[in-house]
Amino acid sequence: MSVILTAVATLGAIGAGSAGILYLVSQKFKVEEDPRIQEVQDALPAANCGGCGFPGCAAFAAACVKADSLEGLNCPVGGQVTMERVAEILGQTASKTAKKIAVVRCSGTCEERPRLNLYDGASKCSIAAALYGGDTGCSFGCLGLGDCEESCTFDAIHINPLTLLPEVVEDKCTACGACVRACPKDIIELRKQGPKSRRIYVSCVNKDKGAVAKKACNVACIGCGKCQQVCPFDAITIENNLAYIDDDKCRLCRKCVVVCPTHSILELHFPPRKETPPAAKEEEATTTA
Amino acid sequence: MLKSFRIGGIHPKENKLSAGMAIQPISVPAQVVIPLSQHIGAPCQPVVKKGDKVKVGTLIGKSVGFVSAQIHSSVSGTVLKIDKAMDASGYKRDAVFIKVEEDEWEEQIDRSGQLISDCSLTPKEILEKIAAAGIVGMGGATFPTHVKLTPPPGMKAEVLIINGVECEPYLTSDHQLMMEKSEEILVGITLVMKALNVQRAIIGIENNKKDAVALFTKKVKAFPGIEVQALKVQYPQGGEKQLIDALTGRQVASGALPISVGAVVQNVGTLFAIYEAVQKNKPLVERVVTVTGKEVERPCNLRTRIGTPLTTLIDAAGGLPESTGKVISGGPMMGKALASVDVPVTKGTSGILVVPTLEAKRKAMKDCIRCGKCVQVCPMGLNPTLLMNLTEYEVWDRAEKNAITDCIECGSCSYTCPADRPLLDYIRLGKSKVNGIIRARKN
Repeated sequence: MSVILTAVATLGAIGAGSAGILYLVSQKFKVEEDPRIQEVQDALPAANCGGCGFPGCAAFAAACVKADSLEGLNCPVGGQVTMERVAEILGQTASKTAKKIAVVRCSGTCEERPRLNLYDGASKCSIAAALYGGDTGCSFGCLGLGDCEESCTFDAIHINPLTLLPEVVEDKCTACGACVRACPKDIIELRKQGPKSRRIYVSCVNKDKGAVAKKACNVACIGCGKCQQVCPFDAITIENNLAYIDDDKCRLCRKCVVVCPTHSILELHFPPRKETPPAAKEEEATTTA
Repeated sequence: MLKSFRIGGIHPKENKLSAGMAIQPISVPAQVVIPLSQHIGAPCQPVVKKGDKVKVGTLIGKSVGFVSAQIHSSVSGTVLKIDKAMDASGYKRDAVFIKVEEDEWEEQIDRSGQLISDCSLTPKEILEKIAAAGIVGMGGATFPTHVKLTPPPGMKAEVLIINGVECEPYLTSDHQLMMEKSEEILVGITLVMKALNVQRAIIGIENNKKDAVALFTKKVKAFPGIEVQALKVQYPQGGEKQLIDALTGRQVASGALPISVGAVVQNVGTLFAIYEAVQKNKPLVERVVTVTGKEVERPCNLRTRIGTPLTTLIDAAGGLPESTGKVISGGPMMGKALASVDVPVTKGTSGILVVPTLEAKRKAMKDCIRCGKCVQVCPMGLNPTLLMNLTEYEVWDRAEKNAITDCIECGSCSYTCPADRPLLDYIRLGKSKVNGIIRARKN
């Protein structure tokens, strides 16, 4: 019996002694950390996607606490709601940021953009892009090997096997920007999601001259400038034979969409236009004839 | 026992189908497209405009920056336009389009076949002439030659190494040039020895070209300081570091240049171009191209003007066979599959290889079985399978530590892999990423 007692007593004493040492050491070498960092981190989505520009949620939380104002700091995944909660913890005001979404600026499907050669090398866009311009006449467009799909941690972008182009799942996309970084052709852009997800963008990045671009792809921007002329808000610029719509200036009037001769400007989630009644159309046709 | 480099290496089937075919000049095409970037380094600025008349040898692209090489017109005629054109890189880049009229050469160019072996120029003047002629490494890497012949401050060349190895299967352009222009090449060697102020030069020739070894052994007797060394057939012996190791036993450290062991390497094609530039005032407007392939009707070695469409060369060899699956610019190991044959010959086009469909298809990648064959054959002593994985998972710091930037892209790893893994494709990607990171760190 006494053996058991001795053992329990000895081990208990060692345990208590060690606990004491550990406690003292942890007090002595305590790392002072702002308790708000943990609070902010708990408010973040814990996706660790890097979309904010920091290595992970913890680093972003530390940056938020350290910064004097939340200007320029934004968690694209959590969006406005999360940033307001973070602002509340820190007693600051969150900067207003419009929700963004990834947009694929290439519409060169297999029908619109005929394949001229066959690539059977390593199935990775960044490898193919280092070797040549792509299997079509357009050396700017999507290669379709899915680096964007692979980079997405939210399962929000997929290559459509029929068109061989990536498609963004709107409810899942958090605008973290991983696909933008993964795309070697700079096709994907983060644009404002727009009211009711309505947005207009030029779905082409081809910088070739009009005739060359059109020959390679039916829906290429040919840089004709019609959209620029018709835009009432100066939102469209043309550089290197390519139109670009500034989403800060665009007011979604859709005039550019109508005039684009190659249908390279896309509109999303708008209600259908009011069609001119067929009778009127016929009348028009007869008068012009 | 013949010499060779000490680590790695493979021996692919040689398939030198066009060996012994005399170099034939090919007629000048109706139009040439001369890319303004045919070398490693900054692209040239065009100095001609639409409608300008040019002669053979007229400067059309002026080099900007130190690492760059002048570009000259290879034909006489009228400049049609300066526009984007697809070249062997697979991308559209600036090029000068020239419509060919007559065949007028710039007056200072000596077109006679007479050998001029005496040279009274100073080393500096030789280098200036080489730079003015736009000469680049003709083995395929297209590094501007005058830059290579200007050792960095504090370094001194001791030995000139001549690359007559032509270790790529199929290609025979260097071999044939050695057989036909041996004396010109030897004069070229003396010129470079003078420019570098070195007393010793070694010509390395692989032993599958016994006639060239015999010819040069006989001819060098008249040239003091030049030696010939036959080498064991082993790919990639044409790599600078491998060739230096094979010929001198010196090993270039990781990340260092050949000059760090006192060696400068030049290809025989480059030496012939240097001879023509210095002794005949002829800029680099022509080169020898091997057109070959198992199904090609007449594999041949052609002397062609820079800017000639590849289709013209292929037609001269009997046209594209129906079974064609892939056309490669360069040799089968380091060459590049072309997206289109509608591209021009450039200074670095050493060969055109037409591969039949059956051989062209790349096999599907299987899982690595950890056999270590790639490690065994890597001539740089790297671990290709590790580097591929590190690239796949984007672990750039470890890739850098494992010397990914030392890769010479010879493709021995991919060639030997029993699981058909695209090792080199990944390593090349990783190498460019790591190089980018290193550059960013320096700035």
